Amino acid sequence: MSVDALPLTPDRTREHIAAVARVAVPILLALAVGGAILLILGKNPFTYYGYVVQRGLLSWGGLQETMTRMAPLLLIAAGLIVAFRAGIWNLGGDGQYLLAAVVTAALAPALIDTLPRGLTLIICMVTSIAVAAAWSLIPALLKARYGINEIITSLMMSFLGTSFANVLVKLFFRDPATTVPQTRSLEVVDRLPRIFGTNVHSGILIALAVVILVHLMMTRTAFGLRLQIVGANPAAAVHAGLKVGWLTVATFALSAGLIGLAGSVEILGVWGTVRADWNPAYGLLVVPLVFLARFNGIAVIGFALFFSVLMIGGESASRRIGVPQDFVLMLVGLLLVFLALVEYLDHLRRKRAGV
Amino acid sequence: MSELLTQPFLISLLFGAVTAGVPLLLAGLGEQISEKAGVLNIGIEGMMLFGAYTGFVAAYYSGSFWMGFLAGGLGGMVVASVVVLLCIRQGLNQIVIGIALTIGAEGLTALLHFFQFSKTYPRLDKAPVLEIPGLASIPVVGPALFSHNIIVYLAVGLVVFLAWLFRASYVGLNLEAAGAKPAALDAAGISVVATRSAAVLSTGFLAGLGGAYLANVGAGLFVPFMTHGAGFIGIVLAMLARGNPVWVLLGAVLFGVSLAMTTALQVAGVNVPTDVVHMLPFAMVMLVLVIFARHSVLPPALGLPYVRGDR
Repeated sequence: MSVDALPLTPDRTREHIAAVARVAVPILLALAVGGAILLILGKNPFTYYGYVVQRGLLSWGGLQETMTRMAPLLLIAAGLIVAFRAGIWNLGGDGQYLLAAVVTAALAPALIDTLPRGLTLIICMVTSIAVAAAWSLIPALLKARYGINEIITSLMMSFLGTSFANVLVKLFFRDPATTVPQTRSLEVVDRLPRIFGTNVHSGILIALAVVILVHLMMTRTAFGLRLQIVGANPAAAVHAGLKVGWLTVATFALSAGLIGLAGSVEILGVWGTVRADWNPAYGLLVVPLVFLARFNGIAVIGFALFFSVLMIGGESASRRIGVPQDFVLMLVGLLLVFLALVEYLDHLRRKRAGV
Repeated sequence: MSELLTQPFLISLLFGAVTAGVPLLLAGLGEQISEKAGVLNIGIEGMMLFGAYTGFVAAYYSGSFWMGFLAGGLGGMVVASVVVLLCIRQGLNQIVIGIALTIGAEGLTALLHFFQFSKTYPRLDKAPVLEIPGLASIPVVGPALFSHNIIVYLAVGLVVFLAWLFRASYVGLNLEAAGAKPAALDAAGISVVATRSAAVLSTGFLAGLGGAYLANVGAGLFVPFMTHGAGFIGIVLAMLARGNPVWVLLGAVLFGVSLAMTTALQVAGVNVPTDVVHMLPFAMVMLVLVIFARHSVLPPALGLPYVRGDR
């Protein structure tokens, strides 16, 4: 599960090709099988993928949307990298994300009347991080104390959190002026500043900085090393005198906090409000992204761009040729299966080569 | 509170609890079989959802509920066979594949549903009901518990059968060995891979059957994402039951009641926001986990692929 360095063999070029193939083959296979399914449903896959690239990458408006979408994906990916490297499955992303978003949406319009914009934005982000981290506390403690499988508990907290976020929007933070239940809206001028006259908000800069910092933290600091040891071998970590329980709680809090920051940034940058029943469900979607990048915080940037193009382009392509957006969800599932499969075949190849 | 406990409220609550609890029971029993054999079946949510879809499609086109249930079970087995091929035979990570199967099944069924049914949203007729002679005429309890689809009685019967299987048969012993000490099973000359494969396929069938029940009897139609975590609740039930099917049954009843609260409260004329009610089963799961945390038990070799000679 860990990212192992390429071994120093005379055959380095072959290893480099293998490293590229490990990533390219699953993507191509997923696109091919997805295309075949489109074909069976009577749609032309080349038209679909053509529209995806055209809208998501080649048009100026689409590219700006792609950049904007990268911000939450990167922040969630950063959160998942911390957890996965420590061997912890935080699958509660959706609940953490939505609760953070709702708290931001409730706080921001209230604070902006009295506080300057910069302070408002920072307070919102910090509070959201704290709320999301708090939401991960029960799964973290159950795991640390009793070894209860965190996959299940974090998922349960996620379902609980998405419903609770709705309750908050509908019953507590509802803007009485609107007919559809939603929170009070943060004016566009009060949101995160745009970059150089584009429509891309500065959240992408925050996300890039965070994901690089997380990468450095995991690879260059003692704390990061401790987390990796816990992830690689919890028993050895206990023998080495590491406080595994405390590290588990800290990892969960950090992971959830980063995912919460994603929700906060998305509200402060793009929406300004949370509508009832809004749930982009990025939590599980980002899992394959992080696996593709092999938990590497730098590689994740490229894959986030790829996913972002797929999502933004997919939304447009879906409308134009009449395929629901759920197609992208299926692609992601396929991608994850092929990724695991290719990883396994590569493992066999190396074993046979005696590396 | 006293006017809440009227007959229509009670009947609606109990009837709804059974209807909502049966898919959870089937999923929980299925997961229990897998977990006994040492396979953590995170993909059970995907198996249920796919079973719900295939079950609905078969029932809709054939007009037969039996065909629907059969197709639902087989649909679940199709998804389970991916787990068998990739995780049991090749030793790929069970959690990664499980997540992938759940996401994939969500996307695929939503996609297929869009092309087939999104314009018409067809519904099935009301599912046939088997009234237990004598018992069904008891007031309140009769209409609530003893006039259900035959799958309900079969599911309860399955609890008894599994309790016997786990406790008093070689098959049960083999399953337990595959989860607790696979090397011992291997040494006894019984294939770990075959035992686990059979366990996972059974899980797929039961989860798919549960999904088909959810779609065909519970809702009467297929809606994308309709399982909404039922498979995951099944995993929790199996986790807390410590290998005893009777506890899965009790758990399923508990969660069934909390799921049935919505409609029952509406019958009683109490207006609670649906989101609050949606939180109930999941809040219940967490509460149970927090209270009984130290008692949940999983087999030692859970989630680990078996490689002969490996330590």
